Amino acid sequence: MDRISLIVNGAEREARGVLPHTTLLGWLRDQGLTGSKEGCAEGECGACAVLVARPAGAEGEEGGTRLEALNSCLVLLAGLNGGEVVTAEGLGAPGHLHPVQRQLAVRGGSQCGYCTPGFVVSLAAEYYREDREAADFDIHALSGNLCRCTGYRPIEDAARALGAPAPDDALAQRRQQPAPPPQPTHLRTPQGDFHRPLALSEALDLLAEQPGARILAGGTDWGVEVNLRHARAGVTVAVDGLPELRTLAWHGDSLEIGAALSLSEIERRLAGEAPLLAEWLPLFASRLIRNSATLGGNLGTASPVGDSPPVLLALGARVVLASRAGEREVPLSEYFTGYRRTLRREDELIRAVRIPLPLAPLSGFYKIAKRRFDDISSVAVAVALYLEGDVVRSVRIGLGGVAATPLRARATEEALVGRPWNARTVREAARVLRGEGTPLDDHRASAAYRAAMLEQTLLKFAFEKTGLEVTYDQPA
Amino acid sequence: MTSLHERPPAGAVGEAIAHESAEAHVTGHALYTDDLGVRLQNLLHAWPLQAPHAHARVTRLHVAPALAVPGVVWVLTAQDVPGVNDAGVKHDEPLFPGEVMYHGHAVCWVLAESLEAARLGAEQIEVEYEVLPALVTLEEAIAAGSFQGTQPTLRRGDVEAGFAGAAHVFTGEFEMGGQEHFYLETNAALATVDEAGQVFVQSSTQHPTETQEIVAHVLGLPSHAVTVQCLRMGGGFGGKEMQPHGYAAVAALGAVRTGRPVRLRLNRQQDLTLTGKRHPFHASWKVGFDEDGRLLALQATLTSDGGWSLDLSEPVLARALCHIDNAYFIPHVEVHGRIARTNKTSQTAFRGFGGPQGMLVIEDILGRCAPSLGLDAHELRRRNLYRPGESTPYGQPVRHAERLEDLWTTLLERSSFAARAEEVRAFNAAHPHTKRGLAITPVKFGISFNFTAYNQAGALVHVYKDGSVLINHGGTEMGQGLHTKMLQVAATALGVPLACVRLAPTRTDKVPNTSATAASSGADLNGGAIKDACEQIKARLAEVAAGALSRQGKAKVGTLGIHPDDVRFEHGRVFPVGHPELGLEFRQVVHDAYHLRTQLWAAGYYRTPGLHWDRERMQGEPFKYFSYGASVSEVEVDGFTGAYRLRRVDLLHDVGDSLSPLIDLGQVEGGFVQGAGWLTLEDLRWDTSAGPNRGRLATQAASTYKLPSFSEVPEVFNVALLERATESGVVYGSKAVGEPPLMLAISVREALRQAAAAFGPPGHVSDLASPATPEAVFWALSAARWARVNPEVAAD
Repeated sequence: MDRISLIVNGAEREARGVLPHTTLLGWLRDQGLTGSKEGCAEGECGACAVLVARPAGAEGEEGGTRLEALNSCLVLLAGLNGGEVVTAEGLGAPGHLHPVQRQLAVRGGSQCGYCTPGFVVSLAAEYYREDREAADFDIHALSGNLCRCTGYRPIEDAARALGAPAPDDALAQRRQQPAPPPQPTHLRTPQGDFHRPLALSEALDLLAEQPGARILAGGTDWGVEVNLRHARAGVTVAVDGLPELRTLAWHGDSLEIGAALSLSEIERRLAGEAPLLAEWLPLFASRLIRNSATLGGNLGTASPVGDSPPVLLALGARVVLASRAGEREVPLSEYFTGYRRTLRREDELIRAVRIPLPLAPLSGFYKIAKRRFDDISSVAVAVALYLEGDVVRSVRIGLGGVAATPLRARATEEALVGRPWNARTVREAARVLRGEGTPLDDHRASAAYRAAMLEQTLLKFAFEKTGLEVTYDQPA
Repeated sequence: MTSLHERPPAGAVGEAIAHESAEAHVTGHALYTDDLGVRLQNLLHAWPLQAPHAHARVTRLHVAPALAVPGVVWVLTAQDVPGVNDAGVKHDEPLFPGEVMYHGHAVCWVLAESLEAARLGAEQIEVEYEVLPALVTLEEAIAAGSFQGTQPTLRRGDVEAGFAGAAHVFTGEFEMGGQEHFYLETNAALATVDEAGQVFVQSSTQHPTETQEIVAHVLGLPSHAVTVQCLRMGGGFGGKEMQPHGYAAVAALGAVRTGRPVRLRLNRQQDLTLTGKRHPFHASWKVGFDEDGRLLALQATLTSDGGWSLDLSEPVLARALCHIDNAYFIPHVEVHGRIARTNKTSQTAFRGFGGPQGMLVIEDILGRCAPSLGLDAHELRRRNLYRPGESTPYGQPVRHAERLEDLWTTLLERSSFAARAEEVRAFNAAHPHTKRGLAITPVKFGISFNFTAYNQAGALVHVYKDGSVLINHGGTEMGQGLHTKMLQVAATALGVPLACVRLAPTRTDKVPNTSATAASSGADLNGGAIKDACEQIKARLAEVAAGALSRQGKAKVGTLGIHPDDVRFEHGRVFPVGHPELGLEFRQVVHDAYHLRTQLWAAGYYRTPGLHWDRERMQGEPFKYFSYGASVSEVEVDGFTGAYRLRRVDLLHDVGDSLSPLIDLGQVEGGFVQGAGWLTLEDLRWDTSAGPNRGRLATQAASTYKLPSFSEVPEVFNVALLERATESGVVYGSKAVGEPPLMLAISVREALRQAAAAFGPPGHVSDLASPATPEAVFWALSAARWARVNPEVAAD
């Protein structure tokens, strides 16, 4: 079979000749739905954004539909079998503008217009957000859309003027109905096979029987490989439909987060309960990416500049790996074995991440990047500190961007444990931190800046989170 | 005929209306070049083979293996070119090069049934290179004496005498980065050939005529055999002034060779690695001030990094030299310019066209020298603003110089500058790890092409028998709202409602020999041409109407009838002056005119009067007028990381009497943010190592080249247009707006400099790299902090 079906702008469509690397964007454009544009092909610009219908409730719960915006350039069409998509064309037409479209149009929110359908979609997702108050606007909803013309002010004005959907608004009503249930998909083509099983056992069988199979969760990394580096997989196994990977549970001694939950879902379900995660999540890429990206994906690709490892290292997280043989749990600090290499065997799936409880009472996440939203870290530092009186009982510091793998700042931790938390201790530990890792010069930052940022973030943490007066060394 | 700048009492100009395509934009119905390809049958897709060396000779090119890949139809090489193998106007840009001049240079192009097949075909091509030494940095090119083009000098007075009389003399060097256009729509072309062999190219181009000429010379055809159309662009910013020609030519050549439509669309990585960018500049300078801080003399050498070919580097350099004064009177000036030739993309036009680089040099000088002069930077700048009666170093009187002072004082007041400067001082005193900076900078920008011949435009206006109007003009729409303004001009000139007028896409077979839509001049030039065409038609209609009105005996004008001069056109009505109640429908007059055998269409033409420019001597009056503006920015810098926020921005800009205020505000704000991107965030990096990737663009994707996003928008953003600012001699009293606001962003950089300096002792001079990324700001503030600890170092 090389065909799937999906609903586009309210009408059922059959897609034929679907290959494992066919993107939703490419297919939409071939259908003549050219409102969605390719601006970057790597999920950075949002010009290709579309709405997808997803279940509003947690796994297994009854509930309506949430309309979420995704970068269609990173969505593999095969993974959308049975799904439902709305594009800018589906929201309104000239002469019959959707309220979001009208606000953008009349306020000068479009100049060249090329990014505009993507903004319309991101704004529409915000417009239909269930928990949004009428006058409320979450600027992060637009953090993944780039505009080169307007300077954004009129777009923000449009966003702030949105109001609430009318009671008879078709998509507002659509939210009351269930989202399309995930469909098992098995696509076999001369250019590779694509599987989207709905049972964990089936997924694990596939991995055991097809060594080298590409595991696909949110696709925000694999999609970039497909588009920019033209990577092609012989076998792709999509795991986003597996219920065992979509749990989020507070146990007595741990918090377990399913590997295939989107970061946006994690953000919603945690609702600020884990402060370090709450500090970190909004800084991870953009809303458009967080609606797809998963912890499993971020740990699976094992990029040294991925933003979740420093945080999870600071939290002392463990990775739950599942295979046909059962589950095993490895500390994240031992999980990374080299540049983009890990302890995970090819027949294993990251099922979940377990974070020990209680969480550290003092913590901080520092992302050093050129741009505040939607950038990749040049250095990322996460700190989790436990004090007993004014003495450091324990501390974990996770680092990204300063070595071939994410790592724990062990020497710095040792320099802190058992010592009083004061300016002198912090200054000495900051010097040690400065020497951790082996930072490189590249287009994001110089090695000297990266090293300086290691030192500075501990000082910043001490000053901002614990009120210590801090002093500096002369810069190198 | 009314004079060009006069506005009728009623009309569509000056109305704040949305972009004419806004409804099509927001619904995804607006079509761009590559959207048209999807709608064609039998389409071929093009993919380039890009060389992996910064400089190399192609010693063997064997394309046959590509043709064995299923779906591959043709590989275009130099042998396919029936005309001239060149994509530029200087004949230094071979379309299919035998010598690779930069990393990623396209050696040949594969045409296939799908993009995937074309790419796979390109992978199979066998190509061998003899690798040659490459110059990658400006420093290397200067050391090697690698220059191209002319080396102009701008001179006035006697700088040595100026320095001799100066109370303070400073010297310095400054290097500023380039900028990628990052139009959201990458370069694209779509070519077809009709039954008569006519080539039709749809291209995302700011310069359809030049695209047509290049396509024609590559194909060996006369210009009349090639038509270029540009429906609209998804952004241009100068990046589509010269860069699109070669891609249009490849598509056209493919269409001619195969007889099938050919689509060529660069993906982002290809666009970033193949096409030119804003020129990086190096400046070395010496400046003299009198005891009051007034500029006496400036001596400087500006070296731009032109990349591998000349492209527009000469006029860009000329504009940089002509803007090194920005808004300041400098009696003695000697500025040398030269263009380095490096093995990089061919740097090209980018919004401001050298102006920003020239202006940044003087603003950097003033920002750096102010502490040493014991003056606040804003006071130093104010003291040096041009005054009425003064002239630029190239000899052009600075007309309306009083607007600079007016903008300056108005903006200081509106932004509560003095009170906020106090607040910033108090904040900085209370916060050891966070500092704020507040700065004001001016803009003076010359409007007109330095290349005098480009200052002309044509238009074609049709009035149909039913009274509907169709306009064509030579300008292209890239998001700047030109078409919106042109509709407003036509509706106003003919006295009809906007809805009566439709605008057809820009095509070289409608209006020939057009200039690039560039230099901010689109509305001035094309507006002049459209108004001319409309007024020709209106004059003929007035004759008809005068007769009709008098014959009907309705007008209370005695027995002599009315004179055509006394016929008014407003709101779709035609009436005797003073008697709107006696009028006819425009439609009726048009109908009558047709039956009286009156020509209902006209070709309009406009040339900017009064320009002259001596390129050799760098003297003359190259600009019709100057655009003015001023901006105030306040930033907050985190001392731990160098990260910063833009707390508040106030802009006041002179657009004359705005043709279209919503459009103009959008240009001012968008230009400012784009300028802020250039100065703070956008950081082009090439591999300058001696390794195998030498010369490779390291920032060749959106994930590594960062432009401003929502997080860079000022937290408070007050933007206003200067009021009562009629510009005589320009269509309906308006001024150009495309480029000048970009330079308003210099205040952001200067505010960052001040915030960084605030980490140091009073009077600390902050040296700030450009772009002022968080890393650059961190190094600047670290130097300041260390100077506070070690005052001896500070005094150095």
